[in-house]
Amino acid sequence: MGHAVQAAVSILFDGIAYSMVLFVMAVGLSVTMGLMGVINLAHGAFAMAGGYLTVTFLGDLGLPFLPGLVLATLAVGAASVPIERALYVRIYRRPHLDQVLLTIGVTLMSIAVATYAYGPSPLSIKLPAFLETQVGLFGRDFPGYRVFIIAVGLLAFLGLWGGFERTMLGAKIRAAVDNRAMAEATGVNTTRLFTLTFALGSALAALGGALAVDLVGLTPRFAFQYLVLVLVVVSIGGFGTIMGTFAAALIIGVIDNAGRYLFPEGSAFFIYLIVILVLICRPGGLFGRA
Amino acid sequence: MRIGSTSWIAPLALLAIAAGTTVASRAEADTVKVGVILPFSGMAADVAQSELRAMKLYYKLHKAELGGHDIALIERDSKEPSGATAQTLTRELVVQDKVDMLVGYQFSPDAIASAPFITQAKKLAILVNAQSSHIPMLSPYIVRVSASSWQITYPMGPYAFDKLGCKTAIVGFTDFAPGRDVAAAFKAGYEKAGGKLVDSIAMGGPAQVPDFTPYLQRIKDEKPNCVYIFTPAASFNAALARAWRDQKVAEAGVRFLGTGDVTQDSVLPQLGDAAIGWITGGHYTADLDNPANKKFLAAWTKEYGDKVKPDFFTVQGWDAMAAVFHVVKTLKGKIDADKAVAALKAWKEDSPRGPIMIDAATRDIIQNIYVQEVVKKGDSLGIKVIGTIPAVKDPCKELGVGNCAAKK
Repeated sequence: MGHAVQAAVSILFDGIAYSMVLFVMAVGLSVTMGLMGVINLAHGAFAMAGGYLTVTFLGDLGLPFLPGLVLATLAVGAASVPIERALYVRIYRRPHLDQVLLTIGVTLMSIAVATYAYGPSPLSIKLPAFLETQVGLFGRDFPGYRVFIIAVGLLAFLGLWGGFERTMLGAKIRAAVDNRAMAEATGVNTTRLFTLTFALGSALAALGGALAVDLVGLTPRFAFQYLVLVLVVVSIGGFGTIMGTFAAALIIGVIDNAGRYLFPEGSAFFIYLIVILVLICRPGGLFGRA
Repeated sequence: MRIGSTSWIAPLALLAIAAGTTVASRAEADTVKVGVILPFSGMAADVAQSELRAMKLYYKLHKAELGGHDIALIERDSKEPSGATAQTLTRELVVQDKVDMLVGYQFSPDAIASAPFITQAKKLAILVNAQSSHIPMLSPYIVRVSASSWQITYPMGPYAFDKLGCKTAIVGFTDFAPGRDVAAAFKAGYEKAGGKLVDSIAMGGPAQVPDFTPYLQRIKDEKPNCVYIFTPAASFNAALARAWRDQKVAEAGVRFLGTGDVTQDSVLPQLGDAAIGWITGGHYTADLDNPANKKFLAAWTKEYGDKVKPDFFTVQGWDAMAAVFHVVKTLKGKIDADKAVAALKAWKEDSPRGPIMIDAATRDIIQNIYVQEVVKKGDSLGIKVIGTIPAVKDPCKELGVGNCAAKK
């Protein structure tokens, strides 16, 4: 009995750590989809960029872990602004097929660039000593890095949720998600709002990518690797909701982890089962508007 | 106009003379055209590049042995692993480029899809990788110089039970055709030796996020003596090492075994200290101590620098070129597929991976399988060879099991 409980605690813990990476990566996509209605399949490319920049900052420039992580996040956020202005602004009002084609193209190009710059072999980062230790919680030892990931994920959630619900900017974004024409009529500059949200979403994707490097390694395939999972989280959670994305990431992360532990042959089956069930019952997602 | 019409006569005459000399000299010295089909773009681009580099290096160092003949490589990119592109390229190279033989085929589907045409066209095809065990059975003109998945895995079963004290074991594999092949081979070899296989875990498909955490957790909870793991090289192994460290599987008393793919030399440094003590069975590691390997490594470093380490794929490319050279030398530049296959059946080579030869019965390679332990070497990781299983024939075809069961 005690053994089964221990196994269950481990599955839950690892599942939550996995969920937090998914949440950080997906939340930006959820908000930009809700706000602009653009299907941005290049979201994974921004996550990958975060990963590679972190490798450069930590490995080649020798920065400490935390400043390197923050710097990579900010750099990708800043770099996404000209990309949004040059490329994405052209596809906001175009059909979904055009959006998919353009953003898949951007992803393929990003993979080529990453292969050219960093090579196709997997890269890794060296974690600082304080993250390589085990953390004792509730009488059990947990890997420090995963505890750190959970902490970062929770902070990001609380920060975003608070910002969305309690600030003027959040109110404007929520207004624009609900009804863009009406928001514009009341004087909200939605164009600038889009750029700002896009940069925030890209920066969060980069943070997620950087956090994932030490969990799953980093290769140019990263741009596609997480894409399906992130899209699943976004569709289950509903577009443009922080709470929905958080709940969906938790559900997917924990159930996927438990499913693969208990029934390895089932593999990704459980995730898709959840997607089908949720979308049948609530086509707009758990917290979305149908 | 008059001036113009006379001015082109001289070059034309020169051209005719030049053409005449080429024809004349061809009587003594032939250029053998070799079609090279490898995925130079896509997920295995680095592997293909390493294999081609080895082929070119072998050519450069051994060109003088060709006795006046020459070899021209015609390279084609087989891109994705579906087999469709490789099949089209095989046709093109034979029909349009009129190649004398084919070399390459990275992914098993590439070779499987091309085999019927290779038979039809009567062209020698040397497999640089394509490790599904039954492939040489698909055409009498296919000769494999790489390895077969059964050859690498099956002998590790008895070794694990007898020498490494694995009374109970679990096999874990990436869930696609080559992975299932490895799982079947390990089960067969290990259970025959008397071992108890507790579980066989499919660890997700090759396109999924490579998070091994739940699988390693399951292995840890089942407490076997050993686990034998196969993942396709590169991106998966770094993730595997991280999960192995975080889940503290070694600390729980489980010994890590795997195929040589897991400790591929070029990726080994990325695995980190978590991989120290891992034991894999494979057909080559750059840390092999033999004169042919020392010479190969020195030549490689001189040509390409020491930044990119060669690994088993590289040596497969090197030996494929050695096989091409053997055929060209034996047949004196006049390539006939039947005679070429006969020549390779009698071929023995002192390869960087040790002595190799082609099994006359199956056209598959016979080679040593090395038991490799990951150790700390200076700041980085290296391999210590702790055992050698000599002259292994492909057990799949020997036992006639699975895909290798005789079908007529």
